[in-house]
Amino acid sequence: MGLAVRQFDAVVVGAGGAGLRASLQLAEAGLKVAVLSKVFPTRSHTVAAQGGIGAALGNMGPDSWQWHMYDTIKGSDWLGDQDAIEFLCREAPKVVIELEHFGLPFDRNDNGTIYQRPFGGHMQNMGAGPAVQRSCCAADRTGHAMLHTLYQRNVRANTQFFVEWMALDLIRDASGQVLGVTALEMETGEVSILQARATLFATGGAGRIFAASTNAFINTGDGLGMAARAGIPLEDLEFYQFHPTGVYGAGVLITEAVRGEGGYLLNKGGERFMERYAPTAKDLASRDVVSRAMATEIKEGRGAGPDADYLLLKLDHLGPEVIEKRLPGIREIAKKFANVDPVRDPIPVVPTAHYQMGGIPTNYHGEVVVPGRDGPNNVVPGFYAAGECACASVHGANRLGTNSLTDLVVFGKASGDSMIRFLQENPGHQTLPADAAERSMARLARLDGQKGGESVYEVGNELRRTMQAHCGVFRFPDLLAEGVKKIRAVSERVARTGIADKSQVFNTARVEALELDNLIEVARATMVSADARKESRGAHDRADCHDRPGFPNGRDDQNWLKHTLWYKDGDRLEYKPVNLKPLTVETIPPKARAY
Amino acid sequence: MHIRILRYDPDRDAKPYFKDYDVALDASDRMLLDALVKVKAMDDSFAFRRSCREGVCGSDAMTINGKNGLACITKLADLKGPVELRPLPGLPVIRDLIVDMTQFFKQYHSIRPYLVNDEPPPEKERRQSPEDREALDGLYECILCACCSTACPSFWWNPDKFVGPAGLLQAYRFIADSRDQATNERLDNLEDPYRLFRCHSIMNCVDVCPKGLNPTRAIGKIKALMVKRSV
Repeated sequence: MGLAVRQFDAVVVGAGGAGLRASLQLAEAGLKVAVLSKVFPTRSHTVAAQGGIGAALGNMGPDSWQWHMYDTIKGSDWLGDQDAIEFLCREAPKVVIELEHFGLPFDRNDNGTIYQRPFGGHMQNMGAGPAVQRSCCAADRTGHAMLHTLYQRNVRANTQFFVEWMALDLIRDASGQVLGVTALEMETGEVSILQARATLFATGGAGRIFAASTNAFINTGDGLGMAARAGIPLEDLEFYQFHPTGVYGAGVLITEAVRGEGGYLLNKGGERFMERYAPTAKDLASRDVVSRAMATEIKEGRGAGPDADYLLLKLDHLGPEVIEKRLPGIREIAKKFANVDPVRDPIPVVPTAHYQMGGIPTNYHGEVVVPGRDGPNNVVPGFYAAGECACASVHGANRLGTNSLTDLVVFGKASGDSMIRFLQENPGHQTLPADAAERSMARLARLDGQKGGESVYEVGNELRRTMQAHCGVFRFPDLLAEGVKKIRAVSERVARTGIADKSQVFNTARVEALELDNLIEVARATMVSADARKESRGAHDRADCHDRPGFPNGRDDQNWLKHTLWYKDGDRLEYKPVNLKPLTVETIPPKARAY
Repeated sequence: MHIRILRYDPDRDAKPYFKDYDVALDASDRMLLDALVKVKAMDDSFAFRRSCREGVCGSDAMTINGKNGLACITKLADLKGPVELRPLPGLPVIRDLIVDMTQFFKQYHSIRPYLVNDEPPPEKERRQSPEDREALDGLYECILCACCSTACPSFWWNPDKFVGPAGLLQAYRFIADSRDQATNERLDNLEDPYRLFRCHSIMNCVDVCPKGLNPTRAIGKIKALMVKRSV
C-alpha cells in the first residue's frame, strides 16, 4: 500500500459545532483524538448560524422540555423519532448552560440570565400557543459565538487538529466495522490512512446541491458521499428545508430572528399575507409553511419587484436601537447584499435552500444504524455521526429554527460519550484490510490520469440547476420523474470529470472534483427519494398529494409514516418505521398540522 | 473586468508572477469573490480559499488593490480596474493567494483564548448584567481572517514575538469578560517589550478590519490596565 498510517483512538471528521463538541468530550477524557477539517475550525459553516439555540430554560416565562418536544414533533410533521426528540429537548437546557460556562457571550436579561427570543413554531402549552421565547442567542451571531467558544475550549483541552485535510473515504473491514478514513492533506497533496477505533462524521450538510443556497462553498455533503460509497444508506433526504428568508439574488441568510423580534413579510400590495396562511402563528409559523406561502404569493403574481419574484421583509418599525442591539449582523448583510438599510427599507427575500433534514441514519446515541440481522437498526461498530450530516431523526420532515444548533451540541456530546464507552469496551486496533485505501487511490489516479474530461465547474452547475428546477419548494410528479433521469445523466458526467491542474501543492481543483463525487450522491439520493414518496409531508410538498379528508395537507400516515433509506447501489430504496415511542413520556400521536 | 493576480506554485514556478484575466461578469456577480469563481472556471490552477461567501468565516482575506480585505464582501462596483490581487503580506505563501497562517494562529493561541474561571460552575448560567455583556461587543465578533495582523508593520517585523492586533483584541475580549478570573495572568502574559508594546498605534488594523472592529482601542485598554496595576 505504501501509505502513511497514523493511529488514533478516535477520528472526528469535521470541526463545526457537532465535531468540536464531540472532540472536546474525547480530548477531556484523555483520549488520542484527531479532528480533520477541510478548513480552519472557525471557518466551518456553524459560524453562519444567526438566530439562536433552542432550549426550554424558561428565562422569559413558563416553558418546559415537554412543550419543546411537542413543537419539534409537530414541526417534523410526525416523521421525527420521538425517543431522539425527547432526548434532544431534555438535554438542551444542560448543553446550553455548559456553553455559557465555556464562555459563550449570550445576550442577557436585566437579572443576568440568558436572553431568549421567539422563533417559528415554538409555542407554549403543547402547541396551543401563544409563542414562547426559547431561542438563546448572541445577537444574530449565535453560530459564530458558539463555534469560536467550542474551538477555544478545544484549544484549552489540547485537541489535535488536522487543518485543511479532506477525508476521502471510509475504511470498513469485511465484517463492516469502521476502522477510520483515508485523507488528503491539501498543502502537500499526500494521502494518509487515519486509523481509528472509533470514527465520527460531523461533516455538515450539502446545501451546494442547489443553485440558490444559504450554504457555504464547503457544504458538499462529504460525509454522506463517503458513507454512501461504503454501502451505508442515507435516510430521508427528500426532506430539504427552504428557509423563507434568503436575500433575493444572493442567497445569503436573513435569520428568522428578524420575525422573532417582530418583523414580518409583505407582498407587493403591502399585505401581511401570512395572516391568511397561518392565522395563529402568522410569520412565526414553521419554515415549510412560510416558504410555501411565499412561493404561492409569487406564483399567483403577488410578489414584489419589477419581475414580481420576491417578497419584502419589513423590520424598520422595530426601531434602530433594537435592530442595532439584536440584529446588527442582518443590517450589515442587508446593506452589503441587498443594498438596503433595514432601518428604513424592507429587505427583498425569497425561500432559499438551507438545511438537510435527512442524513446518515443514527440512533440518539450518535451510533450509525443500518438494516440487518436484528431489524432496521443494527449498530455499525466504530461508526458515529452527528449534526446536519446525521439523521437521528429529530427534525423529521421539517426542522424548527434553533433546533439545528441544539442538535449539534446535544448529539455532538452524546456521540463523544458513546465513543468513549465503545473505546473502553473495545481496546486495541483491528487489522486494516489490504485494500483500505484502494477506492481513494483509484479516485485520485483517475483525476491525475484523465486527459480533457468534463469541467467540474460546468457539471457542478448542471447538478445544481437540475436540483433547483426539479426538486424545489413545490414538487411535481412529472418534474421529479424527469429529474431522476437528468440527475442520473449528471452522475455519468461526474465520473468523467477532468482537471487541468495536476500540482501536488494545495490543489483546490482536485478538492472541488472530489467534492463533486460527494455532491452527486446526495443529489441522487434526494431526487430519487423525493420521486418515490407519494405524499406531502413537511418540506416535501407534492402537487399530486393535496389536503383531503383523511390526508391532512396531503399527508398519508397509512402508507408513508416511515423513513426512507436510499442505497447508492442501484438507487435502491428501503423503508423503516418511525419510532413513535418516547423514552419516558406518552406518545404524541399524529394529527393535522396547523399554525 | 480585468483582474491581475499574483500567482506562485512552488511545484512549478521559480518565482511569483502576475497573471492577467479578463472576466465576463453577469448581472448577478456583485462581489469580488463572484469574479474569482469565474477566474477559477477559466483556469482551474488558480488557488484561493473561500467558504461562507458572506463575511463571517474569514477564509478569503487577500490584498485587494493594495488593501487587505475579504473578497466576498468587496463589491465589484466599488473597485477600480484593473483589480490587482496579492496574498496577505508578511506570511509565507503556500500557493497563489493561499498563505501559511501558522504564525498568526500561534499568536492567537498564545493569549489563552478561552474563558478562565476555576470556581465550580453553578447549576444554571453564570449571571452577567447586560452592561457587562455589552463590554464584549466589538471584541467577540472577530473572524480571525488576519487582515489586521498582516497589515501591521510591527507584525511584519516580529511575527514570532508581537502578538499582533487580532490576538490582542481577543486577549482583551477575555480580560473584559466579567466571568473571567485570569486578568492578572493575562496581563503578565503580555508584559513584555514585544508581545504587547510593539503596537505603536499606527491603526492599519482599524483601517482594514472587514468587521469594523477596533484592535487599537482594545490594545490601548490593555496598556491602561498595565499602568493602573503598576501604580
